[in-house]
Amino acid sequence: MKRSKRIEALDARPVNLDGYINEWPEMGFVAMSSPYDPKPSIKVEDGKIVELDGKSREDFDFIDQFIADYAVNIDRAEKSMAVSSLEIARMIVDINVSRKEILELISGITPAKMTEVMNHLNVVELMMGMQKIRARRTPGNQAHITNLKDDPVQIAADAAEGALRGFAEEETTMGVARYAPLSAMALLIGSQAGRPGVLTQCSAEEATELELGIRGLTTYAETLSVYGTEKVFIDGDDTPYSKAFLNSAYASRGLKVRFTSGSGSEVLMGSSEKKSMLYLECRCLFVTKGAGSQGIQNGSVSCIGVTGSVPAGIREVLSENLVAALLGLECASSNDQSFSNSDMRRTARTMLEFLPGTDFIFSGYAAEPNYDNMFAGSNFDAEDFDDYNVLQRDMQVDGGLKPVTEEQVIHVRNKAARAVQAVFRNLNLSPVTDEQVEAVTYAHGSKDTLPRDVTADLAAAEDVLKRGITGIDVVKALAETGFEDVAASVLNMLKQRVAGDYMQTAAILDKDFHVMSGVNTPNDYMGPGTGYRVDGDRWEEIKQIPHIINPYDI
Amino acid sequence: MQISEELVKQITNAVLSQMSQSGVSSSAGDTASVPSAGKMPSLAGRERINEEKTSYASYPRAKKGTDPKEVVIGVGAAFQKEIKKTICGIPLDDVLRNVKAGIEEEGMIPRVVKILDTSDVCFMALEAAKLSGSGIGIGIQSKGTTVIHQKDLYPLSNLELFPQAPLMTLETYRQIGQNAAKYVKGEQVVPIPCTNDPMSRPRYQVKAAIMHIAETEQLDPEVGAVEWEGR
Repeated sequence: MKRSKRIEALDARPVNLDGYINEWPEMGFVAMSSPYDPKPSIKVEDGKIVELDGKSREDFDFIDQFIADYAVNIDRAEKSMAVSSLEIARMIVDINVSRKEILELISGITPAKMTEVMNHLNVVELMMGMQKIRARRTPGNQAHITNLKDDPVQIAADAAEGALRGFAEEETTMGVARYAPLSAMALLIGSQAGRPGVLTQCSAEEATELELGIRGLTTYAETLSVYGTEKVFIDGDDTPYSKAFLNSAYASRGLKVRFTSGSGSEVLMGSSEKKSMLYLECRCLFVTKGAGSQGIQNGSVSCIGVTGSVPAGIREVLSENLVAALLGLECASSNDQSFSNSDMRRTARTMLEFLPGTDFIFSGYAAEPNYDNMFAGSNFDAEDFDDYNVLQRDMQVDGGLKPVTEEQVIHVRNKAARAVQAVFRNLNLSPVTDEQVEAVTYAHGSKDTLPRDVTADLAAAEDVLKRGITGIDVVKALAETGFEDVAASVLNMLKQRVAGDYMQTAAILDKDFHVMSGVNTPNDYMGPGTGYRVDGDRWEEIKQIPHIINPYDI
Repeated sequence: MQISEELVKQITNAVLSQMSQSGVSSSAGDTASVPSAGKMPSLAGRERINEEKTSYASYPRAKKGTDPKEVVIGVGAAFQKEIKKTICGIPLDDVLRNVKAGIEEEGMIPRVVKILDTSDVCFMALEAAKLSGSGIGIGIQSKGTTVIHQKDLYPLSNLELFPQAPLMTLETYRQIGQNAAKYVKGEQVVPIPCTNDPMSRPRYQVKAAIMHIAETEQLDPEVGAVEWEGR
C-alpha cells in the first residue's frame, strides 16, 4: 500500500509509542466497570454484616471479612445503602452539601456501591468532588529524591533544593537496596538544610523501612502496600491483618504512615478475578480505612502503564483518588510514575489532580532528572520545574511549588552536601571529598557528579545498622560540626514523634514545625467564595517566575 | 503454544506504529465507499492466554543441593516453553547460557530449576537460593526480570535486583552469573550498575502484564519446583 504522509507523520508521534489494549474483563483489563463486578448489597444481623455486595458471610474471603468487620459503619450501613448511587453522586458535586455530611453518608456504603457512585461522575464532576472532599484545606506536593549512583551527597543536595522549591514531603529509594541507611540519613539532613519541617521517607523492604523509622532516620512511611484480591495479598506474604499490625508498629513509635495501593496491580500480577480496576481499588481503600491508616498513596501509581492502556483509564485514576478522599483518607494522588511518551498526554493526566488540588498532587515528583529517578521515572521531573511554575501562574492554582533563584539553589545544595560530608566524617562513615561536594552543588544529575566508592559506602551502610546509629546521633554530629541550625531542625522532626500531632490525617509541617492537617486546617470548600483560594503572599510568590520581561530592557 | 502474534500486535503499539496499517489495505478500488476501520480483535470472553497447561508431573522434583559451590538458577513457569524470548526479544536460551557461563567463569557450578510455586521474581529467587548448596540463588522471570537472592534474607529484600527487563542485555545476564558466584565466594562484590529508562513503563507495562499472566497461568504449586537442566 502506498502510505499517506499524514498518517506517517501521525504514526511517528510520541503518543503512539505508548501501549494501549482493548478491554478484556476476564483478565482485568477494564477500568470503571466489569460485567463481573458484584451488585451492591448489605445485610446486617445482630450488629454484624452477614452479607456484603452479594456475598454471604460464609463465602467471604479475608478482604471481604476485614471490610465487613472494620471498614463499614454498621450503624448507618442500611440507611446509607438505601440512598441511590445517583443521589450520592449528585450530593458529591452539590456545593450546598457539606463534606462532613457526605463523609458521614459514605461511611455506611460498600465497595460495590462506591464503584457505582463513581460511574455516575464524569471527569469534571470528579474534579469538583476532589476540590470539595480533599482532607486538607491547602494542597501539597511530594518529591522523589533519588539517583542512579545512590550517591548520598546528591540525595542531600536534591533534597535541599526540593525542600526550597516547596515540597512538603520527600521520598527516596535505592538502586542497590543495601544503601538504605545512608540514603535515609542523607535525605533527612538535606531536607532540613533546604527548609525546616519537610517530612522524609525511605522506600525499602518493609522490615528495613520500619527499622529506619524507629531509629528516627525517617519521619514518615508510605510503602505499606495493600491489594484488591486475596491472591495478590498472599503472594506478597501478607493479609489485611498483617498490614494493620505493621501500621500499629509505626503508630506506636509516633511515626506518620500512609498505605499504598493503586489500580492495575492485580492485573499485572495476573489475579484480577475478572473485576474492574476501580472495584478492586475500592476494596484496597476500604481495607486501608479499616486498618486505621490516616491516608493512602493511590492513583494507579506504578501500574499506570496498565490502567492508562485501557479506555477511561485516566478517568478511573481520578475516581480512585476521589474514593480515598470520600473515605476520609489523606490522598497522595500518584502522578509519580512515567506514564506517556507524549508531553501532551502526561500533562493532561496531571491536570485532573492539579486543578482541584489534592493533599499531595504528586506522590513523587522527580526532583532530579528522570534518568536519575529510581522509581523508574516520574510523570514530571526536575526539567519540568519551570513549566510547572508557569502552569501555577497561568491558572492561579496552588500546585505546592514556587519559583526559586539560581543563587538560592546553589546555596542550599552546597550546605546540604557539606552537612552530609561533616556527619559522615563525624560518625566515621565512608568519606566524602571536597570535589564531590563541589560537583554535587552545581550538578543537574548524576551524570555531572563523581563516582562513589560503592564498597566503602555499603560497608558504612551496614555499619550504621550494626552500631545502632539513630536520628539523635545525626543531631549530635550536625551540632558538633557547626551545622547547629540543621541539627535543631532534625531534632524538631524527632520531637514530632513524641507530640504525635503530625499523625493526624493529611498532616504536613510548616517551617516553624506547626502541623497543618485535615483536622486543624480542614477543607471547607462549599462553592465560590469559600475554601482555599490562591491569594496574598502565596500568590505573589507564584507570580515570581524567572525570565519575566523587564520593561527597562526594551 | 506461544503468545499469539495477534496478541503481541495489540499490546505493543510501538511495534504496531512501525508496521504498515492493516485494515486500510482492503480499500483497493475506486468506489466511493469509505473502508471500514481496521479493528483489533477483542479478546473479551477468553479466560486464558494459552489454552493448554504444561504438566510437570513427570519431571524430577528439585532437590536441595549440597555442593557449597552451587548457584541455583530458578526460572519462571513459562520459561523456554510458552515464552521463548524476554520482553525485549532476547532468546531465553541465550539468557540462560550467559548466566551459567558467568557462574562458571568464577569457578562455581550452576544448576537450573523451574519454579512452579510462584511467579513473583523475589520469591522465585529466594526459593532458588534455598535450594542452592551455597545459599545463593538467581530468579529469572520469562519476561527477563532477574533477582540475585540469599537464603536467609527477607523475601522482598535481595542482593541485587534488575527490575527493568526491557533494558537487560546478554552482557548483564553474564555479569549477574559472575556476581552471584562472587557472593558464594564471599568476595567484596560491586553490584552491577543500575540502568534506568523512565519511558519503559508506558511502552512495555501492558506487555509485561500479558507475559506475567501467561507465566502465572502455568504455575503448578502441587509440583513445586522441578529440575530443568537438560530438559
